[in-house]
Amino acid sequence: MNAAARRGVIAVALVAVVALIPFVGLHLPWVLPSTVNVVNSTGTLEVLALCFIFAGVALGYDVIFGYTGLLSLGPVMYFATGVYVFDITLTHWNWPLIPALVATFAVSLVLAVVLGAVALRVSGIAFTMVTLAFAQAFYYLIEDNPHGLTGGDTGLALYSTRLPAFMSGAVSNTRNLYWIALGFLVVSYAVVWLVTESATGHVLVAIRENERRLEVLGIHPFRYKLAAYTLSSLVATGGGVAYILLIGTAVPSAVASVTVTLSILIMVVLGGAGTRWGAVTGAVLYVYLQQYLLKVAAQPSFATLPAFLRVPLSQPQFLLGAIFVLFVLFVPGGIAGVVTRRRLRRAAHRFDLASAAPSIPLEEL
Amino acid sequence: MNVFLALTFSGVALGAVYFLAASGLSLIYGLMDILNFAHGLFMTLGAYAAWDVASHLPASWGAPLLFAIAIVASILGGALAAGLTEVVIIRPLYGRPIGQILVTIGLDLAVVGLLLGGFGSNSLSVPVPLWLIEASHVGGLSLPNSDFVALIAGAVVLVSLELFLRKTRYGITIRAGVENRDMVSALGINVGRAFTLVFVIGGAMAGLAGLLYAVVFSGDLISPTQGDSLLIFAFIVVVIGGLGSIRGSAVAALAVGLVQDYTNFYLGSHPGMAEIGNLSVVLLLAVVLEWRPRGLFGSTL
Repeated sequence: MNAAARRGVIAVALVAVVALIPFVGLHLPWVLPSTVNVVNSTGTLEVLALCFIFAGVALGYDVIFGYTGLLSLGPVMYFATGVYVFDITLTHWNWPLIPALVATFAVSLVLAVVLGAVALRVSGIAFTMVTLAFAQAFYYLIEDNPHGLTGGDTGLALYSTRLPAFMSGAVSNTRNLYWIALGFLVVSYAVVWLVTESATGHVLVAIRENERRLEVLGIHPFRYKLAAYTLSSLVATGGGVAYILLIGTAVPSAVASVTVTLSILIMVVLGGAGTRWGAVTGAVLYVYLQQYLLKVAAQPSFATLPAFLRVPLSQPQFLLGAIFVLFVLFVPGGIAGVVTRRRLRRAAHRFDLASAAPSIPLEEL
Repeated sequence: MNVFLALTFSGVALGAVYFLAASGLSLIYGLMDILNFAHGLFMTLGAYAAWDVASHLPASWGAPLLFAIAIVASILGGALAAGLTEVVIIRPLYGRPIGQILVTIGLDLAVVGLLLGGFGSNSLSVPVPLWLIEASHVGGLSLPNSDFVALIAGAVVLVSLELFLRKTRYGITIRAGVENRDMVSALGINVGRAFTLVFVIGGAMAGLAGLLYAVVFSGDLISPTQGDSLLIFAFIVVVIGGLGSIRGSAVAALAVGLVQDYTNFYLGSHPGMAEIGNLSVVLLLAVVLEWRPRGLFGSTL
């Protein structure tokens, strides 16, 4: 069996195992992120589903950031588009599922192409700031609650009689929503895999490495950059749809603020930008840790700790921010970078080339 | 007409605060190519330093003296935070520009999280003298005194910054570094020291901006996340003005402050348009970039 086929088998087996988790009624103390220490409890499944959703979104973001090398601070806008357009068409307008989905992705596509084209007129840091400004404007728009559509700061709960029964937010449906989230991740992975391994994907990496060289070769980078931007936006929108199905309420601070963008960026960097499994690992780790730390901080014994320990430990934002800083300083290339370096070193030993220091192919962020 | 004049005045005051927030950001970017996400943090920390000092000193010292001390504390707090940031976490990452941006993002998240844990998400009130809340009557207009403070602070900083950059040795090094960093270090000048200096100056202005923003626009209240929202506008000002240009920042800050103030007043009262001021600022950014992708005064990008 060649390497690619072996990897395919491993991937299928992994997805199958993860898909079976809702049937595992194992009691596991300490490690689970919900207060009920059972693997298939509603709380744990919800956290895992959230991990998958953000893993998919992080994968999409990796296409624009890790592969193409464009630091966009706009992904939250398309995530929020998925959340709100889907929520509004179902809750306010009582559309059936399929038209609501089509409308959601159509809005996201138009937004991504138009705003992407404007933002890509500038490059480097200016591009970053423009995407940030657009996302922030979008956030203000949602907070503004135009025509009572978004519910402003109070949020908008998803309520629709037209949703298929197995998708509704009932507790007994958590399993189904878990599988929907997993399905979203698998589809995102497949799309990102197809694109990044294609000729287009190689052009994207070339844009990251040397854009001028591409122009000299007669390839117009703009179209490719816009395509990467649009692809990652559509994936984020899919994540937004899965999110609102799972969580059931859209609140601007949780789904539209710049903090969400920064979390996605951190996930990708922790895992290793420019690698697919790195983005997935980073996202799963981030979301899991965040929820787990919240659980730890809520325990009664926690309140007895002295303030200098309790205050920082009760803030996942502090701990994750600090871990992130340490990673950027000391672990360039993230988790994927560590693994790649180890693999290279082992390969070097095997060929008895240990004296020649292995080079690190990953871009050191 | 009077309404328009009063609006213009408060728009200029808002612009002055934006200038304080943005000019350091612009200098840091110009010299070091760093998009400093921790700049909002410096603003927040300046405001908290001011609150901490002013609310722990004896009230018998009198409100004006306490407020003067609070201003100094905000400047020192911002400068100290920025200096430490540059030395401890930016310096090890020279040559990795994206890494530098990323650590400032992480630092911002971490320290804001710490502030949220320590002080809670509720706002704290900075003690200010009574006259700061009152208004002065100038030619039939009633203008808030706090706006005068912001204006004066902005003008003083603009003039002293220009003097510093043009007349002093360090200032000239910084300007030369903004133009061509490699050339400056090739001439044997220690650019590393200029980096720290730019961070300290930028942090000092940011700290002051953080305090003034609280005093002028949010009823003397400070919160852990205030700097992050102010930072977005500072970014917009920097891009509109042209990265690295102090004068560009000043002009753009005024434009942004005025546009925001006018649109808020004339359009914001309509239903569903409460955020029109913020939205129009983003629109202004898009228009300027379509017309001049390098900003008003930007030369290089």
